[in-house]
Amino acid sequence: MARVRTGVRVVGAVLAAALGASLAGCSSTGGKRAEERAKAAAAGRPAVSTPRWTFAMVTHAGDGDTFWDIVQKGAKEAAAKDNINFVYAHDDQAQQQAQFVQNAIDQKVDGIVVSLAKPEALKDVIAKAVKAGIPVVTVNSGSAQSAEYGALTHIGQDEEIAGEAVGTELSERGRKKAVCVLHEQGNVGHEQRCAGAKKTFSGTMENLYVEGTNMPSVQASIQAKLQADPSVDAIVTLGAPFAPTAIKAKDAAASKAEVDTFDLNASVARDLRSGALGFAVDQQPYLQGYEAIDLLWLYRYNANVLGGGRPVLTGPQIVTAAEASKLEEFIKRGSR
Amino acid sequence: MSTHAAVDERLAPTSVVRKLLARPELGSVVGAAAVFVFFSIVAPSFLQASSLSTVLYSASTIGIMAAPVALLMIGGEFDLSAGVMVTTSALVSSMFSYQMTANVWVGVAVSLLVTLAIGFFNGFMLTRTKLPSFIITLGTFLMLTGLNLGFTKLISGSVSTKTIADMEGFSSARALFASQWNIGSVTLKVTILWWFAIVAVATWILLRTRAGNWIFAVGGGADAARATGVPVVKTRIGLYMGVALCAWISGQHILFSFDVVQSGEGVGNEFLYIIAAVIGGCLMTGGYGSAIGSAVGAFIFGMTSNGIVYAQWNPDWFKFFLGAMLLLATLLNAWVRKRAEARA
Repeated sequence: MARVRTGVRVVGAVLAAALGASLAGCSSTGGKRAEERAKAAAAGRPAVSTPRWTFAMVTHAGDGDTFWDIVQKGAKEAAAKDNINFVYAHDDQAQQQAQFVQNAIDQKVDGIVVSLAKPEALKDVIAKAVKAGIPVVTVNSGSAQSAEYGALTHIGQDEEIAGEAVGTELSERGRKKAVCVLHEQGNVGHEQRCAGAKKTFSGTMENLYVEGTNMPSVQASIQAKLQADPSVDAIVTLGAPFAPTAIKAKDAAASKAEVDTFDLNASVARDLRSGALGFAVDQQPYLQGYEAIDLLWLYRYNANVLGGGRPVLTGPQIVTAAEASKLEEFIKRGSR
Repeated sequence: MSTHAAVDERLAPTSVVRKLLARPELGSVVGAAAVFVFFSIVAPSFLQASSLSTVLYSASTIGIMAAPVALLMIGGEFDLSAGVMVTTSALVSSMFSYQMTANVWVGVAVSLLVTLAIGFFNGFMLTRTKLPSFIITLGTFLMLTGLNLGFTKLISGSVSTKTIADMEGFSSARALFASQWNIGSVTLKVTILWWFAIVAVATWILLRTRAGNWIFAVGGGADAARATGVPVVKTRIGLYMGVALCAWISGQHILFSFDVVQSGEGVGNEFLYIIAAVIGGCLMTGGYGSAIGSAVGAFIFGMTSNGIVYAQWNPDWFKFFLGAMLLLATLLNAWVRKRAEARA
């Protein structure tokens, strides 16, 4: 079978090349070893002696979402400090998310943290939790419904306010024509961000939808937009992974546009520091997870409630080159 | 009909026109021309050299996978795991290199072995269990989606890989998988070369080698093929490994071009590959199609998805335009083929 044999030959050739290249040894730069060398040891021991309560967190995160990973990390670290048994479940289907909340009620947990991306679907189950005497804190999305549904507090960023911050910043930077890149068609939060930015921006802003699960296609679409309209002088991406791709597209299209983004990650920090990115808007996901657990603990321990019935905002925080270098190590350890 | 006429027809030299009309990709070429003319008219910036290079890049990233997928479909099978396999391949290279602090090329080689093993698994399971390829590769698709996330989370502690751009071997690997040339305002990506080479090799295998005959025979009817001595099992496993090999190339491109890989990427792309192959004239039932057709299909896809942006249409309707254009291109393709077959 010619194809199999070709395959085997190719494997052989590449292996030989690879082994040849690595004969000199391992990579002396980068990699895990470098990370471990740089890693500061952080101990996760409880700081309090309250009973070991169980708090459940149920979010609408899809599989493999960087953002929710950081939220979860914040929640876990707060749980370790507060001597909490932390349980996490997530599903992007609202029905399944409601099921997970029901499971938590069945297990008689001591507190529930829930995100309300599709509030109506979770209304009944949250009412059940409240009726069963389980304190509920909502995070991230659902600031409008949180109090109405009986949650103690809402912790998150108002997407529209975050968008408005971007619009203001763009105007201050003297931009005239911006493109808002949405990587998930039909996501309400994304629409709100772009709408908010459009509201406060003094120039004109257009939306561009891209295929978020296909990076080459994201690049090609942004490139196409810039080639179609050379007067665009600002590109705003709604997620950190898309910022470096937008920079690539800008370079390939030989455009002078400034690239800005929502959310942070290591490459965003690097690009901010080098000036390839103008600014990033952070909603501090770590804080959302951390505060949710901590506030539940405070409620259990001391009957404290924060926010006075209004949402507690964790963003927007505008990050520029000046802050980037300071934040870089926190980003690397996954808490920013 | 007299036997005399039939003999005459067989002896008569076939004209170039008739040969062209009998090609499976003819319809898609007409469709591609129609899409090209359409966007040239409605989108002023579509015809710039720099725009066309963007379209070519977009097409190449689909086309690299569409060619082996077309061969597989000619062989009568599907691979629903192809999209996620690309991501798996990129994740393996990146994480192996990072965790072992190894030269990046070692990760690239390990990834090739892993990816080929997945292809072999698909083919082997298919021939062993006699289950439909839809089920087998759907299983692989789900398993890989879970493994991508699970392993990435387990190993790197987050859902995306860490940067390997500062590691040894990265720049030379980038040169092979993700380099680009700037000619004036035009940026040509190396994936375009990979794409052309893969289509050329696939066409050569299909039309000039014994393996090509086997692929057509297996897709036309596996039992009949087996009866005439075609190694059906080897052919099928080979086809799946061909898809895996190209998934490896695509995966390395994504890794070296974007440096950091998100574990959730690639889901849904398998359909783009199948769409490109079908637009290019592959029958969903197997036994008929071409590799060049898959390239034309990928090109149509690249033109459509970017042409909509060049035309600056209201983005709310983007997906609708995309679907309508693809449907129209495929219908035109089918219509031309019917006309061609009627005349031939």
